[in-house]
Amino acid sequence: MQTDLLNEARRQAEICNACRYCEGYCSVFPALHRERAFSGGDLTQLANLCHNCRGCYYACQYTAPHEFDLNLPKALAEVRQESWKDHAWPRGFAHLFDRSGVAMAAGLVATFALIFVLAQALRPDSGEGFYAYMSHGLMVAIFAPAFLLPLLALAVSLRGYWRTVGGGAWSLSDVWAALKSAGQMRNLKGGHGDGCNFEDEDRFTHARRYLHQAVLYGFLLCFASTSSGTLLHYGFGLEAPYGFFGLPKLLGVPGGILLTIGCAGLAWIKTKADPNLGASKAWGGEMAFVLLLGSVGLTGLVLYAATSTSAVGWLLPLHLGTVLTFFLLTPFSKMAHGFYRMAALVKEAAATRT
Amino acid sequence: MTTQLDIVIIGGGNAALCAAITAAEAGARVQILETAPKPYRGGNSRHTRNFRCMHSGPLGPLVENYSEDEYVADLMKVTGGKTDEHLARLAIRTSEECLPWMEEHGVRFQPSLSGTLSLARTNAFFLGGGKSLVNAYYRTAEALGVEVLYEAAVTHLEREGQKITRVDFTHDGTAKSLSPKSVIVASGGFQADTDWLARAWGPAAKNFLIRGTPYNRGVVLADLLDQGIEQVGDPTQCHAVAIDGRAPKFDGGIVTRLDCVPFSIVVNRDAERFYDEGEDVWPKRYAIWGRLLAAQPDQVGYVIVDAKSLELFIPSVFPPIKADTLEELAETMGLPPDNLRATVDTFNGACGDTSGFHPTELDGVSTEGLTPPKTNWARPITEPPFYGYSLRTGVTFTYLGLKVDENAHCSADGKPIENLWAAGETMAGSILGQGYLAGFGMTIGTVFGRIAGKEAAANAN
Repeated sequence: MQTDLLNEARRQAEICNACRYCEGYCSVFPALHRERAFSGGDLTQLANLCHNCRGCYYACQYTAPHEFDLNLPKALAEVRQESWKDHAWPRGFAHLFDRSGVAMAAGLVATFALIFVLAQALRPDSGEGFYAYMSHGLMVAIFAPAFLLPLLALAVSLRGYWRTVGGGAWSLSDVWAALKSAGQMRNLKGGHGDGCNFEDEDRFTHARRYLHQAVLYGFLLCFASTSSGTLLHYGFGLEAPYGFFGLPKLLGVPGGILLTIGCAGLAWIKTKADPNLGASKAWGGEMAFVLLLGSVGLTGLVLYAATSTSAVGWLLPLHLGTVLTFFLLTPFSKMAHGFYRMAALVKEAAATRT
Repeated sequence: MTTQLDIVIIGGGNAALCAAITAAEAGARVQILETAPKPYRGGNSRHTRNFRCMHSGPLGPLVENYSEDEYVADLMKVTGGKTDEHLARLAIRTSEECLPWMEEHGVRFQPSLSGTLSLARTNAFFLGGGKSLVNAYYRTAEALGVEVLYEAAVTHLEREGQKITRVDFTHDGTAKSLSPKSVIVASGGFQADTDWLARAWGPAAKNFLIRGTPYNRGVVLADLLDQGIEQVGDPTQCHAVAIDGRAPKFDGGIVTRLDCVPFSIVVNRDAERFYDEGEDVWPKRYAIWGRLLAAQPDQVGYVIVDAKSLELFIPSVFPPIKADTLEELAETMGLPPDNLRATVDTFNGACGDTSGFHPTELDGVSTEGLTPPKTNWARPITEPPFYGYSLRTGVTFTYLGLKVDENAHCSADGKPIENLWAAGETMAGSILGQGYLAGFGMTIGTVFGRIAGKEAAANAN
């Protein structure tokens, strides 16, 4: 961790600790007020607990031009970004965090090309729907490792995070508390339930919270769709394509729509928000990630709409390319935030459990 | 430029905004002239955190009840009876309907902050503090069509007989004026004009720190008093507390408070004690210490605590000076080391049985045969490392202001000025003769801001 980032976050946390006006906004302040001194681990935990709702910034009487120059959302965002790099595994990929946009663009081109070429070269003699273009075996050969290896990388990262922040024993009730908090985006409600500050300075709205919910639940529905397909395939011998009223489509279509709309909305309000209240250097990478995730949803929907047209020949590699890029970069892109956030919420739940 | 407007409000803090919102809701066209730039808008309201509120049962974040008589009694205790009881009761009685009004106009409350549980019954805390309240009110006011001009410094109100005919101000480097039907003054006290403070208090005031906004320079107050508008409040007095001596000259706000005095000894520049540090709990003594420090050489004091007391108080924004020996601490703080050693030794020798020590109540653990004594929490300073803070006088507000009646109306020559009202700190001297009651400034500002807005709008319509 860069010590200047930690020192700046520490300087600000000490001012916040002497003020305490923001105690009601989110989980960060009660956690902050429990400490008298802030170690690197403490600050890393606070940083990952912060949802960047910005309530504290706009309420702060000490922001620039005041000489105390407080901007806690930014200070924590920079520590947070740095902490993901610090805990990235394998280490060699950590730098991808700084080049998310380039990595995603390059990943898209490469994976599209790879899948297109493979699909052409190994085109099955028979098969229905997508399987007419690409065999089930080839898809599994590509996606099983592309899904499992990033999860393994994240597991190693989170273990390191838990050690850094001094996480101790935790229970299932802590996980449940964290899931509830994330599920409702409680920390984007602003304490008063009016939402957070983002796209219009100090105005409280639920825009960011609802859009993020759309992305979260859209993603989970898409994931459930794929999982249900896997289950039907292996468990029941029912192979794709599935009809509109089949489970994979019932889950996947609304999921794709939510994911697409949510990402488009998040990208749009991100252009309205003040980039200086986040890790400004990470802005491009975050935007690229939102657009990539939105493309996963959008290309999936378009692909479905194009079923049984010749466009499937290039739409299928395009969709699978976005998914593959997304999976491979998960441990080294903004997507990692969800996993660290859950870890931070679990730790906070364990710390406040009575 | 002369534009016909309904109401000009001078100032941009809580009272000004309550007046603006009330007047705009009554249909008036309102112009706010705020002397501060936008990031510093809101005057001392930026630094506030709660609203003291009467209530007959649980109300918003407030628990139990807080009766008018109890509230009045609390006020009388701190002002020593120097209170206009009629206006005080008006403010207190109206406070109960203010809290829902505040919520309707965007203010959000939170449960009592950590370390302030004692106020959970009497004071409603703003979620995010005073600046969030100010932000919410600006949003509300602007949605109602209130015009806001920042960096608009009012220089003069033209009085013709019992009427204000013109408001002169500068904006963007040019002199401008407005001739509204009604004028509301809500531009605070004069504490940021240190020359004025020094004239009133004496040269020692040059060493005072100003806890709040640097924009309360009292320009409009002085202009109106010069024109014979009736005044109220002791012109030589200000409310001052002891704060961290390293605080900025202006605008340090809440984070510069130091709660450690009861667990310490406090010495002056010559390393001598000068007052009972354990006389009472800190919230009841910090104002007295503002005055005590003002009377010491260079208007500065030094708090000395040892390791065992460090965690008994909320950390200050500035880390304490730390040393392994008292002599080293004295050197670092610029105190005569031998004197500090002698003072601490004498103090330690006067400490008795400390087994009854209790940090949150008057424990009666006192010194014996020491002048001045320490009558509570007197434990010897023995355990290294030793910690030190400097203390200075921090001015919160001034008492001199505009005298108003129950309609927030100003007067001169025994008769009302037809179209001039005042609200907030600039007229608080009408109610608070001395002392201060936490959260009462916001009560005065909200109640009289709303009254002034209503009256000014009625006059304009």
